[in-house]
Amino acid sequence: MELHVRALRTVLEQKGYIDPAALDVLIDTYETKIGPRNGARVVAKAWTDDAYRKWLFTDATAAISSLGYHGRQGEMMVALENTESIHNLVVCTLCSCYPWPVLGLPPTWYKSAPFRSRAVKDPRGVLADFGVQLPGSVSIRVWDLTAEVRYLVVPKRPKGSERLSEERLADLVTRDSMIGTGLAKAPVP
Amino acid sequence: MTYLSHADLGGKDGHGAVTPEPEGELFHADWERMALAVTLAMGATGTWNIDESRSVRETLSDYELLTYYQLWIKGLIALLKKHDLVAADEIAAGTMLHPARAVKRVLRAADVPAALAKGAPTLRSTHSRARFAVGDHVMTRALAADHHTRLPAYARGKKGRIAHVYGAHVFADTHSQGLGEQPQWLYNVVFTARELWGEGCDATSTVSIDAWESYLEPAP
Repeated sequence: MELHVRALRTVLEQKGYIDPAALDVLIDTYETKIGPRNGARVVAKAWTDDAYRKWLFTDATAAISSLGYHGRQGEMMVALENTESIHNLVVCTLCSCYPWPVLGLPPTWYKSAPFRSRAVKDPRGVLADFGVQLPGSVSIRVWDLTAEVRYLVVPKRPKGSERLSEERLADLVTRDSMIGTGLAKAPVP
Repeated sequence: MTYLSHADLGGKDGHGAVTPEPEGELFHADWERMALAVTLAMGATGTWNIDESRSVRETLSDYELLTYYQLWIKGLIALLKKHDLVAADEIAAGTMLHPARAVKRVLRAADVPAALAKGAPTLRSTHSRARFAVGDHVMTRALAADHHTRLPAYARGKKGRIAHVYGAHVFADTHSQGLGEQPQWLYNVVFTARELWGEGCDATSTVSIDAWESYLEPAP
């Protein structure tokens, strides 16, 4: 596969369709610049700034863009709030749609058949695969990304995090908690 | 039916458990990085749109056997051949054998941040009025489409409720076939788990999809 892709890249370069320097910038962007830390900052801000939180749940595209996160695969954003009674879970059963500007590239399991097939039919079983068990009183809302709207789950703020700064709060926000396959981490006492 | 998507996996049994991975685990080989980059860079030439690329990938006959980035590379090669940008003998030889064809644009390194920041918004202005409003009960189209579509099989012929109205968006079905954007109103439609999966499922859970207006009829 390594040689196959290298050969393809060579042909595309020779034909002038691609700029090799652009390939390096693309890879660097998604390896080091655009990742779940972006989304974690959005969540931490929503946890601490009530005006921002309201904005995020009424116009997520603008609220997220105000922090500098927008564009490819996040052109239209909607934020979903996890509460004591509602847990949101995001999947793309048809391909691998994912909110790139806030979460970066999707993990392998997100693009895999087990997750895509079961998340809609057996969400509690999928959560169990991630070691997450929710009380029966919590209703699960699964969002299948079938168009170009992208969803960001805002996990519940963990107990004991009341005194933490926004920056420290962002450390508690995992990628999986913003997909809905995980919960935010508990603060270290 | 001549169109067959192998990607419509929602609700299918027998795929086993999910294998979680640590955060930051993005690639499993060097070539996967390159697969991502060449796919994005060729997409930026504007020769095809994202809906056409999804359609090409989901109809690859060995879809189920391919890893994700293998699928991207195989899909990319199919698109390159379809649009006469690269010929099969060139891919086999690993070198250019025929003259290049003109592409609309070439993504330069300096333009990558701006291109990614811009993305490809699908929201369009429209003079048409939305047929449905939040709270309306709707029925999804029952028949399978004979082309690329974004109505999953598990949600066909099901009764749901409009939860959000998202404005008019580029219609994936026509866009993928080279028939233009033909924007339609887009809705978030919620189904109860019971409606989709029957008795015995988790009665408290719901599933929603984003559905274009032509996928929907008023519920009887």
